[in-house]
Amino acid sequence: MKPESHTFEARARVALADDRLRAAVAHATTRLMAGRRHAADALPELSALRDRAATVRDHTLAHLDHYLERFEAKVAEAGGSVHWCRDAGEACRSVVEICASAGARRITKGKSMVSEEIALNDALESAGLEVTETDLGEYILQLAGEHPSHILAPAIHKERGDIEALFRSRHADVGDRPLAAVGDLVTEARRVLRQRFLAADVGITGANFLVAETGSVVLVTNEGNGDLTAGLPRIHIVVATLEKVVPSLDDASTLLRLLARSATGQEASVYTTFFTGPKRAPDPDGPEEFHVVLVDNGRSAIAGGEFQAMLRCIKCSACINHCPVYRAVGGHAYGWVYPGPMGSVLTPLLLGQAEAHLLPQASSLCGACEEVCPVKIPLPELLRRHRERQVEERITPARWRTGLALWGRIAERPWLYHALTGLAARLLRLLGARRGRLSRLPFARAWTAGRDLPTPTGGTFMDRWKREGRGR
Amino acid sequence: MKPARRPSGQNEQRAPGEVALFVTCLVDLFRPEVGFAAATLLERAGWRVVVPPGQTCCGQPAFNAGDQATARRLARRTVAELEGFERVVVPSGSCAAMIRVHYPELLADDPVWRRRAESVAARTRELATFLGETRGSRPPPDGPHDGESTVATFHDSCHGLRELGIRDQPRRLLGSVPGLELVEMERSEACCGFGGTFCVKMPEISVRMAEEKAEAAEATGAALLLGGDLACLMNVAGVLTRRDSALAVRHFAEVLAGEPKVAPIGRADEAAPGESS
Repeated sequence: MKPESHTFEARARVALADDRLRAAVAHATTRLMAGRRHAADALPELSALRDRAATVRDHTLAHLDHYLERFEAKVAEAGGSVHWCRDAGEACRSVVEICASAGARRITKGKSMVSEEIALNDALESAGLEVTETDLGEYILQLAGEHPSHILAPAIHKERGDIEALFRSRHADVGDRPLAAVGDLVTEARRVLRQRFLAADVGITGANFLVAETGSVVLVTNEGNGDLTAGLPRIHIVVATLEKVVPSLDDASTLLRLLARSATGQEASVYTTFFTGPKRAPDPDGPEEFHVVLVDNGRSAIAGGEFQAMLRCIKCSACINHCPVYRAVGGHAYGWVYPGPMGSVLTPLLLGQAEAHLLPQASSLCGACEEVCPVKIPLPELLRRHRERQVEERITPARWRTGLALWGRIAERPWLYHALTGLAARLLRLLGARRGRLSRLPFARAWTAGRDLPTPTGGTFMDRWKREGRGR
Repeated sequence: MKPARRPSGQNEQRAPGEVALFVTCLVDLFRPEVGFAAATLLERAGWRVVVPPGQTCCGQPAFNAGDQATARRLARRTVAELEGFERVVVPSGSCAAMIRVHYPELLADDPVWRRRAESVAARTRELATFLGETRGSRPPPDGPHDGESTVATFHDSCHGLRELGIRDQPRRLLGSVPGLELVEMERSEACCGFGGTFCVKMPEISVRMAEEKAEAAEATGAALLLGGDLACLMNVAGVLTRRDSALAVRHFAEVLAGEPKVAPIGRADEAAPGESS
């Protein structure tokens, strides 16, 4: 999808004015937070498990080449093939070529954020292929012509009524079937999707983990759509970024224990499937071809650098669910594929600061994200590091840079600082003492537009402490 | 010389120890009463309070805005100002976390400064933590409103909570205040939206977050919103007074010290609505 992260502020403003969006996001994230809390409370070894998970991820990232080559060899051994792709263009071409060489026309797709990142659906549709998203949330968004606003619950911003209206307008043969309850909506989607599953020539899924030890692709879903996408068509294509690799089945299970708990609070997702190669001779079903399209698209440039910890991410969405900024503006404000804290760190790395410099600013650095991250990514520290780069590269507006530097120079000189704060205290008090606050203040409209500024209660502490002769 | 990790209550009983009070730039400018309340509490606990005269700001706004150079200069200045004291107390979890957690990182490249920063960090405590750690046989603080009872709710400020583990300490101290009842709000651990320069860089989002905090506090039915960081309290008070809420906002030290001679945050001196229920 076309990046719109540079319009974050305008998009956030639209979102803030949307009360329905606010209610939907608050409702969903509150439930996800409660779920995660519950799961965390029930797992005494959570802290040790997070340490182990972070160690596994760091170790893998430090030996990425080794484990990826091992994975490739094992996939080949199992009868599949790995396609190495440097960027979005190569990855899309690779998928389109596999489809074309098999004479495919219809494609089903499981939920995959990397396919959003590389705009795979656009590429497939331009090549004349018919694509159906099979994750319920993704299917809803495909019908609505929208993009996901959350990496786990893509249609988190939609309410039940929105979806009923959408199905009634887009499902030609819906008739007068009841669509009021959630169950009705699921039944209706299932009725349509079941036919698509059976008719598909190619199934495309993402991957939660790639296991180097066995060449397996691990996929978790709650709807089972991933299994039908992978198992029914003649060809299964897995699209995955290269940092998804883990050394062993043991390591995958460490991460799996954390993934669902951190995401929804489930102990495990409803479906956890290990796909290893295509159908073998005695297998009654399964795809005839098994392809893994391995996408770099900027990851190898992040590995080994000061933002490497971001590649530990297992896309559980806990940071997003716990982020008060995400809660306020929802996912579309972020303007691209990855919202919330993980998106605000990752997007500038993938798209550059020119496009995404506002995202690292969209955080109060409250630390709620780091607290729940299952692989202990120091998200606030990484956001701050982006801000440091922006100051160094002069992307931060000059008035901020000079303002902070000037304020710093003053604060370094206590006599000057105390003289100026004394003056400021008197001035602000003069303006607002009657009410104890200011509702309008020139040069401070960013503060006073939405809230009052409490005024100083008198002289500064330093003055008064000296004057009142406390202490020595 | 390795500084004592924490002052031992027993050893200090006879000869009162000295505590340096770092009031923070916002308390200095906007609400000196928080500084005086902190001094009162420390004195009541038997400490002699010294205010290092060259203190200004810990540098956190620059640090979080990505201006490392400015943050580092202010960190060095503050370390130099505070390193002569055995104990440093800060009535803010955020500024205390800056000194305790981030100064050693910020000055890590220079071994000498790093050691100096670590030494100051080890001797610095947020106010409620310090009072809790050193209470021992010292007399508990007095109550605020003789005979009157007040319902209050407490906002956990992010950096104190997540970087220093401050949650129970202020609640425990407030629990000993006669006539004060604490009720918990929904999402007391959610950010109020201040976030340093964030509050003016992304003001609409910041205000929305403050509104949600204000609504959660109001929903408890409490008359008083307390917290340990003036920045957060000013942010939420600014939203509350804008909507003419009856909920009054104060730093917990004011209540513990029992001398709320000053009006609640953002209120005029004469009227202090919401506090006399």
